[in-house]
Amino acid sequence: MPLAVDWAGVAQQIVAGLSSGGTYATLAVALVLIYRATGVINFAQGELAMFSTFVAWTLTQHGLSYWSAFAVTVAASFAGGIALERAVIRPVEGRPVLTIAIVTIGLFFVANGAAFWIWSPEVKSMPNAFSTRPIRVAGVAFSISDLGIIGVSLLAVLLLWLFFRFTKVGLAMRAAALNPESSRLTGIRVTWTIALGWGLAAALGAVAGLMAAPPLGSFDQNFMQPILLYAFAGAVLGGIDSALGAVIGSLALGVFLNLIGTYVSWIGTDLRQAAALAVILVVLLVKPTGLLGSGAVRRV
Amino acid sequence: MRSGRIAAGALVAAAAVALVLLLPHWLSDARAAEFARAGCFFIAILGLNLLTGYTGQISLGHGALMAVGAYTTAILTADHGFRDLWTIPLAGVVAMAAGFLLGLPAIRLSGLYLALATFAFGVAMPALLKKFSGLTGGSAGINLFDKALNRSTGALGSVHVLGRTVATNDFLYYLTWGIGLLLAGAAWLLVRGRVGRAFRAVRDSEVAAASSGVNTAFYKTLAFGISGFYAGVGGSLFVLVSNWFVSPSTFLFALSLLLVVGAVVGGLGSLAGMALGALFIQFMPSWADNLSSAPGAPSVFFGAAIVLVMILLPAGLGGLLGKLAEPLTRRLYTRSQEGQ
Amino acid sequence: MPLLELRGVAARYGPLQALHGIDLSVGEGEIVAVLGANGAGKTTTLRAISATVRTSGDIVFAGERLPRHPEAVARAGIAHVPEGRGTFAQLSVEENLRLGAHVRRDRAGVKADRDRVLRRFPILAERRRQAAGTLSGGEQQQLALARALMQRPRLLLLDEPSLGLAPLVVAGFYDVVSELNEREGLSVLVVEQNARLALASSSRAYVLEVGRVAVDGPSSALQRDESVRRSYLGY
Repeated sequence: MPLAVDWAGVAQQIVAGLSSGGTYATLAVALVLIYRATGVINFAQGELAMFSTFVAWTLTQHGLSYWSAFAVTVAASFAGGIALERAVIRPVEGRPVLTIAIVTIGLFFVANGAAFWIWSPEVKSMPNAFSTRPIRVAGVAFSISDLGIIGVSLLAVLLLWLFFRFTKVGLAMRAAALNPESSRLTGIRVTWTIALGWGLAAALGAVAGLMAAPPLGSFDQNFMQPILLYAFAGAVLGGIDSALGAVIGSLALGVFLNLIGTYVSWIGTDLRQAAALAVILVVLLVKPTGLLGSGAVRRV
Repeated sequence: MRSGRIAAGALVAAAAVALVLLLPHWLSDARAAEFARAGCFFIAILGLNLLTGYTGQISLGHGALMAVGAYTTAILTADHGFRDLWTIPLAGVVAMAAGFLLGLPAIRLSGLYLALATFAFGVAMPALLKKFSGLTGGSAGINLFDKALNRSTGALGSVHVLGRTVATNDFLYYLTWGIGLLLAGAAWLLVRGRVGRAFRAVRDSEVAAASSGVNTAFYKTLAFGISGFYAGVGGSLFVLVSNWFVSPSTFLFALSLLLVVGAVVGGLGSLAGMALGALFIQFMPSWADNLSSAPGAPSVFFGAAIVLVMILLPAGLGGLLGKLAEPLTRRLYTRSQEGQ
Repeated sequence: MPLLELRGVAARYGPLQALHGIDLSVGEGEIVAVLGANGAGKTTTLRAISATVRTSGDIVFAGERLPRHPEAVARAGIAHVPEGRGTFAQLSVEENLRLGAHVRRDRAGVKADRDRVLRRFPILAERRRQAAGTLSGGEQQQLALARALMQRPRLLLLDEPSLGLAPLVVAGFYDVVSELNEREGLSVLVVEQNARLALASSSRAYVLEVGRVAVDGPSSALQRDESVRRSYLGY
């Protein structure tokens, strides 16, 4: 084993890890959003993101540039998420969490099946979001794509944070998630805040899918499933009820998985998923509420 | 009033037994095989119902417990000279032990965190099965047809039992649903007794249960163990029903998810509902297949069916059954009151 | 015409009938008290008004039937400070106040009200950035009232404001309420266990017993009536 550490290589792997971590983070924040609003993990979040990505792909096949398709798809996903919540979640809003969870499982099958039904099973490829040329920083070559993905993911999360912190609707949504009873007395339409939460989550999912697809080269209808797993792991690591935790956890997980995949030879790429599971288990054994979670019991 | 209840329960049990006995006369051979498969799910879901419906503990890992039972049967039959049928109770016991282990996190975790822990177990199982290939045959799995044909009951097409010759699929149907009814009866007794009351106490409020002196850790672990036994028996029978072949891909995480769907769609807390739930997860996908052969369409119909049942039937299919049967059972109650 | 009128209002929690058809009214600019023992239906009365419980009967506010959704009731101009104050503990004092004004659209008015409220309750101004859950009981009660005032309601519903608070703090609280009533004509319907205090601060009172109105009349009269005091009010 060489004594000199290839720092440039490590730096590149860290950036690459942050890049994949960025897509996990975006999806993880979507999971946290819905979890905080309704107490339910949306099992279908990844498949909905996949569906959005396929819609975007179709748009690019019809002549739109990547970024035009991106904008249209994210907006449409936002609207779609609201419509979905009204149609399918609203009827079961007061029911036990397990019931709502099963509905999201049903949605998983619907979204996955619909994607296979509408688009053929052959693999597709997405035009690149960013230039594929490398960029040199301090003498080390980094992929513009990696940096771009990190940037977009962080920007999406930042915009969301600003929305929650500084707008009236954002404050109302936070209040409704914390204390629905009091919120109603203040005049907040709690069921609409939940619908809005689903809309935002769907939009975030679309961003995650659209960031994840181009680097894959080719992808099919199942491409978001591993990413959902990593998003779970990231959210658990950071604290499932903390959006900031979900971001930090996901970024850390991305870096961790990349580093051990590269430098620990027997893990390689097959056991990446197993490594993510191991992370989940270790967190649950040591500190279930994660790095930043508060673990307050959520009662809807 | 109590005698009315018992009479109603006995009537239901008798009807169930009669239904199980008579149904094969109307079933084709292929259908009988499908019902047998549903029978395995029925047993596993019965156990899951005890855990989730009665004790309030969530598990996304019961497919993995079925795998434990299945592989116990496969390994004992292939490599250790057991006849497949005798391994069934053993598979249950081994899976029960695995269930206890799975239940250990339950002592500290609850709700979402427990779901995640069991989820990790459910997802990891296929990979674990592949890893320990010396024991499990790795990705290739274990084929009892090749390795232990003479110990696989009915593998050759028919079974001689009680002096009669029964087609294999019919035999498997009776085997699975017969064991299922027995275990359902056991579950019914369990639920009505002290253990059942403790389970429900834990489900309704752990804090209240603990302060009433109920050892919540013990009962939670017990629920995991018992449901593990059921899943193990179901998994063991699953090997027989799956043409005496088992491999890691038989027990993907999707199965654990499917079992939970079956339990909730069936209606947690309703034993009859569990049969309906098992039939749902067995037959709904193939009905969906018949509706359209376009890729992905069956998934859409299956998913839509799940969503619709959850929206329209708060108490699941079992609840619907209960409502339909209400006029009948009400008459039984008033009848018994007149008798007194 | 009274500001708020309840006619034959009944309410139930599942199979449990909590109110058996009560008649109650609050005039414009009045402070009305609702008294009675635990379980008499006092809190339920307020919940009936703010539509957080299922009701039958007529509830008329400012001449119009009150809609049966809590959000709409707030929009109509009724602020309900529930039992336990309903504070958003994890949000800051400032954010709690902003939430109070959720139904309003006049940004300038909201800002002016916020400044006024912070001047009237200086302790809240001091603790503006703190999480509301870190405030003491009395401070949270002030925050609850301030939040309700941010709504600029026509009618204020107060549920047991004295609960868990020291007598001095409670007296100060009622002073503020009286002042708001005198100077700005804020109408108040207050539910209280502490009958003596409530009668001293209100112009009229209703005494509930097991979901029905047992006695009602001017507070001064009820205060003087020894038999009423002994039978219903415990002193």
